[in-house]
Amino acid sequence: MADIYHALSAEARRLILDELLERNGQSLYEICNRLIMKHGMDLSRQAISQHLEVLEEAGLISTERDGRYKFHYINTAPLQEIAERWPLKGQGDPHDDLD
Amino acid sequence: MTIWINVTSILVDDQKKAFDFYTNVLGFEKKTEIPLGEASWLTVVSPKHLDGVELLLEPDSHPAAKTFKAALVEDDIPFTSLAVDDLDAEHARLTEAGVRFTQAPTELPGVKIAVFDDTCGNLIQIAEATA
Repeated sequence: MADIYHALSAEARRLILDELLERNGQSLYEICNRLIMKHGMDLSRQAISQHLEVLEEAGLISTERDGRYKFHYINTAPLQEIAERWPLKGQGDPHDDLD
Repeated sequence: MTIWINVTSILVDDQKKAFDFYTNVLGFEKKTEIPLGEASWLTVVSPKHLDGVELLLEPDSHPAAKTFKAALVEDDIPFTSLAVDDLDAEHARLTEAGVRFTQAPTELPGVKIAVFDDTCGNLIQIAEATA
């Protein structure tokens, strides 16, 4: 079971979440296009597919089948855990709240 | 070198259905039709390039062809890529005509692409050069 911290630890997986935020519901082909062509990631289709599995295990993406096709959707709900564990403090100099 | 490309083929599950889709929906025109037993040597061309490369609508009757096509579709990989002048306009026109897109227009470096289902067992990419 991948936790969200591990899932977010790879640049490729963070970029996948960025791209899904730009357009939700992408095929694997589209995600590969974006990572390889837009971000210059040197990754195989299989490697990207494995990154998607890690994100899915962590609950950060979900997949839906529509007929013969499968689309990937972002789910930011698990990130709530980070905000609850380390709540945002204050609006000013962050050092004010760290004493 | 005197070898050149005059035809490229796409594997279709039904020639009549494919001809209808590639002409009436996509807008290609018939170039050649030569009956060959159960099937025909059936090609279409773009009205923009009547003497350009022909697209052969080739039956996928060989069992391996169907397996190959199904595997590509399962991984949503387009069989081939066709060129357009204005991708957004084509996407709008084809969507209006009921064509199912698996990828809406996507801007990538130097190219804008989209992917649709040709109803004959293939995904087809359309691409507009933007560089």
